[in-house]
Amino acid sequence: MPELLEDEVTYRAAPEVRRPLLVLACGAIAREVLAVIRLNGWTHVEVRCLPGKLHNTPAEIARRVDGKLAEAEASGRYERVFVAYADCGTGGALDRVLERHGVERLPGDHCYGFFAGVDRWLAMHEAEPATFYLTDFLCRHFERLVIHGLRLDDHPELLPDYFGNYRRLVYLAQTDDPELVERARRAAERLGGLQFEHLRTGLGDLEPALERFAARSGDDALEGGDPP
Amino acid sequence: MAEPEPKAEGTEDQEIVLAELADEDLVKQMHDDLYDGLADEIVEGTRILLDRGWTAERVLNEALVEGMRIVGIDFRDGILFVPEVLLAANAMKAGMEVLRPLLAETGAQRIGTVVIGTVKGDIHDIGKNLVAMMLEGAGFEVIDLGINNAVESYLAAIEEHRPDILGMSALLTTTMPYMKVVIDTLVEKGIRDDLIVMVGGAPLNEEFGKAVGADAYCRDAAVAAETAQALVLARRAALAR
Repeated sequence: MPELLEDEVTYRAAPEVRRPLLVLACGAIAREVLAVIRLNGWTHVEVRCLPGKLHNTPAEIARRVDGKLAEAEASGRYERVFVAYADCGTGGALDRVLERHGVERLPGDHCYGFFAGVDRWLAMHEAEPATFYLTDFLCRHFERLVIHGLRLDDHPELLPDYFGNYRRLVYLAQTDDPELVERARRAAERLGGLQFEHLRTGLGDLEPALERFAARSGDDALEGGDPP
Repeated sequence: MAEPEPKAEGTEDQEIVLAELADEDLVKQMHDDLYDGLADEIVEGTRILLDRGWTAERVLNEALVEGMRIVGIDFRDGILFVPEVLLAANAMKAGMEVLRPLLAETGAQRIGTVVIGTVKGDIHDIGKNLVAMMLEGAGFEVIDLGINNAVESYLAAIEEHRPDILGMSALLTTTMPYMKVVIDTLVEKGIRDDLIVMVGGAPLNEEFGKAVGADAYCRDAAVAAETAQALVLARRAALAR
């Protein structure tokens, strides 16, 4: 069975929708994107996710998104497309791809940013740059994405190379899940006894960004009208 | 699926004894060991070559720096990832610990001096540390300012060490624009042309390097070392004219 960390996963729009909207999302925020879609009852929105593990190799993100956008365009299946990524460490490479395709993305530099709220995250980061952030997804997959992904399970001696400069771990929580809070707390311990903070962000800027995208109908876009 | 080739008798789990290898094979083996991040083997190989009369400089260049250059190529090509590069770097560091006192003793001529540091707001230093190590391997004296450096910190180090090169690194898209702040300050102070400015970091590219007014953007540590050598030599040649 495909899983969001490793695989590409698609969540189809309702079968009766002739030309759905497409959200091309990072697998690491798929749950949250789907939560917004379900909450709003958007049966006309399809979600295609790239593997969440790309979080560890941001240099690959722009190329992978480019490929998926080209595929979506060639299929002629979608009325419009939105990319549910922030810059995500691509250093503007993702924006160059999106500009070429005429597609918009989520605000900010990282998922931490749009979950916490871009301005609030920037202020938090400025106050303590030595902060490692976790989201619900990163908490859930901490062992595989961080410990195994960075080979700290085989080579714990690399811990100071990766995390020696960090002082604080902030868990930006999308949900109220005591088990995830506990996991985050243990992660802070595991990374060398980092100071732990838990901040409930909810879906942050993700929800309004998706609402703006889904609210605009094709006709509105043609007439240059504002969303209702 | 192709049948696996049968192994020759007696070749399974064959132990390689470094001391029994000829120089050329030993150096190749050290490249492999560096690639695999085997620090103990690198230290052993380094000592063997020194015992055989190799100069510290030759061991550094032919065994360690060349091995790390191969690692750099495979990192660039997506064959190796950060953990493997870190393990290789730690193995190289272990070899350099053996060589450093010998290099100092022989008073090998330094190519030049580099002041290097991660910019303000950024605490990521894996790439910067790799570059510093490769620059040292390439014969530079490296003044490492560490992480989270404000412009004042760079200026003080430039004043104190009069480097040939200033190197700046950033991992975050939010911090990389600070490189322009530093370079603009160098221009304001009238010292921009006194040194070569090199920039690097995962989200940067050639275009960004040009936009902030750097002399070079380097995509990895091996390229940084080669670029640093080339730019310093070119600058000296130009000044000698």
